[in-house]
Amino acid sequence: MADLSIDMCGIKSPNPFWLASGPPTNSGEQVMRAFDAGWGGAVWKTLGDPIVNVSSRLGAVDYYGAKIMGLNNIELITDRPLEANFKEIYAVKKRYPGHAVVASLMVESKEEWREIVKRSEDAGADGLELNFGCPHGMCERGMGSSVGQEPKVLAEITSWVKEYASIPVLVKLTPNVGDILDPGVAAVEGGADGLSLINTVKSIIGVNLDNLVPLPAVGGESTQGGYCGPAVKPIAMHMLGALARDTRVTVPISGIGGISDWRDATEFLALGATSVQVCTAVMHGGYRIVEDMLDGLNFYLDDKGLSSVNELVGLAVPKFKEWGELDLNYNVIARIDAETCIGCQLCYVACLDGAHQCIHTNQGPCQAYHGKPDHGANPRTEVMPPEHHTAGNGAPVQVPFVDEDECIGCNLCSLVCPVPGCITMEQVPTTAGKESWNDRVARGLA
Amino acid sequence: MTAEKSGWKQLSADRMETQFADAKPAYSDSEAAIEAHRCLFCYDAPCIKACPTGIDIPAFIKKIATGNIRGSARTIFEANMLGASTARVCPVDVLCVGACVYNDLNHQPIQIGRLQRYATRRALEMENSHGWRLFTPKPGNGKKVALIGAGPASLACAAYLALEGVTPVIYEKDDLPGGLNITGVAPYKLHMEGAIAEVEWLLSHGADLRTGVEIGKDIRFEQLVEDYDAVFLGAGLGSDQLLGIPGEDGPGVWGATTLIREIKNRAGFSLPSAVKSAVVIGGGNTALDIARELAMLGVAEVKILYRRTTREMPGYCHELEGAARYGVTLVENLTPVEVVREGDRVKAMRVTSTKSGETEDYPCDWVVIAIGQETHAGRLYSGIKVDGKGRVIVDEKTRQTGNPNVYAGGDCINGGKEVVNAAVDGREAAFAMLRSWGTAAGPYNRIPGQRQ
Repeated sequence: MADLSIDMCGIKSPNPFWLASGPPTNSGEQVMRAFDAGWGGAVWKTLGDPIVNVSSRLGAVDYYGAKIMGLNNIELITDRPLEANFKEIYAVKKRYPGHAVVASLMVESKEEWREIVKRSEDAGADGLELNFGCPHGMCERGMGSSVGQEPKVLAEITSWVKEYASIPVLVKLTPNVGDILDPGVAAVEGGADGLSLINTVKSIIGVNLDNLVPLPAVGGESTQGGYCGPAVKPIAMHMLGALARDTRVTVPISGIGGISDWRDATEFLALGATSVQVCTAVMHGGYRIVEDMLDGLNFYLDDKGLSSVNELVGLAVPKFKEWGELDLNYNVIARIDAETCIGCQLCYVACLDGAHQCIHTNQGPCQAYHGKPDHGANPRTEVMPPEHHTAGNGAPVQVPFVDEDECIGCNLCSLVCPVPGCITMEQVPTTAGKESWNDRVARGLA
Repeated sequence: MTAEKSGWKQLSADRMETQFADAKPAYSDSEAAIEAHRCLFCYDAPCIKACPTGIDIPAFIKKIATGNIRGSARTIFEANMLGASTARVCPVDVLCVGACVYNDLNHQPIQIGRLQRYATRRALEMENSHGWRLFTPKPGNGKKVALIGAGPASLACAAYLALEGVTPVIYEKDDLPGGLNITGVAPYKLHMEGAIAEVEWLLSHGADLRTGVEIGKDIRFEQLVEDYDAVFLGAGLGSDQLLGIPGEDGPGVWGATTLIREIKNRAGFSLPSAVKSAVVIGGGNTALDIARELAMLGVAEVKILYRRTTREMPGYCHELEGAARYGVTLVENLTPVEVVREGDRVKAMRVTSTKSGETEDYPCDWVVIAIGQETHAGRLYSGIKVDGKGRVIVDEKTRQTGNPNVYAGGDCINGGKEVVNAAVDGREAAFAMLRSWGTAAGPYNRIPGQRQ
């Protein structure tokens, strides 16, 4: 088995799986149960001046019957006394000295920052995470994402904290910005020892169509919340990758955003995360989900011949390029396996209506115009005839076929196909060497 | 007599069919949503092609998934006015469900019948509770159509006509409208209450029902042809055919449809406790139905005796399996030769083997004959041509008989098929009539899923 232990800018934990700051890390009792379940670290529910929360607080988007594709919340930072939180941090660290406990912090004035940093260190926290990301409730008070959206303010507050702190300082970024590099670089310049991202995306999760009140409803009204869960994972990964490949970002990154299982986590690690943080998936399935994460990551590392999770970190980053660097001479086309095709024709209609009209059935001539005037009137002779086989009930299966000359290799058909492995995208052999748009520009061709 | 005066809506609870529970219980909202979400939403879907009425099945299922119950029900009814009952009585395993692409992927196919039942039931409940109608009939256009028989074919035809402003008048010789949906459908699929609710809904679009009127006796057929702009013949089939063997006449021998009707409709009917065993003669779905019903009602030993093998039988494999679950057995290659009696009482069914020629007695208390029903249309309606099997000959597309003003559909043209076949016959005849009058029909003649 591979070594899963990590050291993230001095914060050590037995594995890269941390609980993100949120309801699952609201109390010492919870964090201890999480550590017992296998979590390597926990970022405490954000500490600050205790607030008053509203009811209700959460809303979700379900997708095709699957629950919680995305979750949003309008809950604020801890509503428990700071004293209780620090006592519990102390108790957790005493019982789990090898696990990572990171105190998430959010206060306003320099003096408040000085005091809360000191109290966190006294309680035994392994690190601090500055919450510059919360996009609801706190930002209106000049905290959270209102800091994360102002690189100069962010850098200044970071430098205050660094002035007082002797333990590592992570800056948690908000995705509610035009370019994540601005706050990311500002945090590094402010002295941050590490970054964590993303916090939630500003959102309205839905509208109750019976009474036309946005969700989640607080009486007959609502407000914007923070969106998280599986739906935000691609957004998070882009921001992670953008920071990871930027040479100005010299500090480790803790990846957050829609991570639900070991596959998600492994993708984040490959895109440059040293640790990963999970919240929504635990809110949905409980702390127990970490068991599969540990197993799955371990087996993956074994399969890849990696002896430590640290060897995995960033392996995908060099392959994350600007569009202008991609090879314009690389081509793939779709192939439909007639044997496994079930005849649903989802590829056909997707290509017909939503792509480039390159998949056909034998239901009649294709009327699509491909820029080649003969196409509609005179179906091309090199188009393969459809192959048929019969379904379980003996009915013939209508297998669509690809006009390979016309296929532009967009992937859409293979994405909609419900049969695993039925539609594959296959590389078209070419003698042309790699040529990118940037190459063309350099050669004066574009 | 009008429908209200005939009293057909008052049902006695004391009917044997009430002892049968629903074989496929109605979906709850969440069950329907979960199942609807499973649908792949195939394009040009095989299930549509497998449906005789061509309902745009992926479309109505998608609408269930989004909570668009009204739209879902409209999609169903536009193609099949009997969408509520066919959802429950259709042999979906050999039609839409059997064609579902999930079969080919070794997944459980989408339960299309149950989803259709959900959408139609919920929409009609909402019509009642919300006060709107799914369909608004067009103003009257002065055309009148007589329909003979108040079974599924005529009811479907009448409903489409009523929506187009035509006045349909349905003549039914029995007291009850509904045809086989009332009298014949297996009670674990549909009870009278459900069938009658559907009839009421169909009639509510503006059809006139006259029960207890027999064409050919009370009114001459020719008179109808003369009085109406068109006539639709949905007369179904006649009484059970008999075997013509010794011992057949007398107590303890039943025609299958007669016995099913007693079980389903007759107040106070019950099986005599002395009936411990029964033999059913036949290999069609009616034979399988009555055998299963008797077994479910507690007849300890029910045997189907069939003159050929299960490979050749017209009854559906899934219905045979359904009957077998209740202990029904089927014996192949037997020809009935005599109902053996002891005094008045049935003692056994005597058969000979088509293989060995040997004669054997199957002891039983009842014999049920399920070898088909008489065709009577050629006899009853002058000028109507029938084929060698007594089925009314019609144009494949328009359902016109030799007389262009007389249309026909349902069992009287196909010799006994499904409710869904009757429903599409009624629809096609209605649309053909409208076309013949140059009436702009629609949107009900837009068959979803087909390119116009």
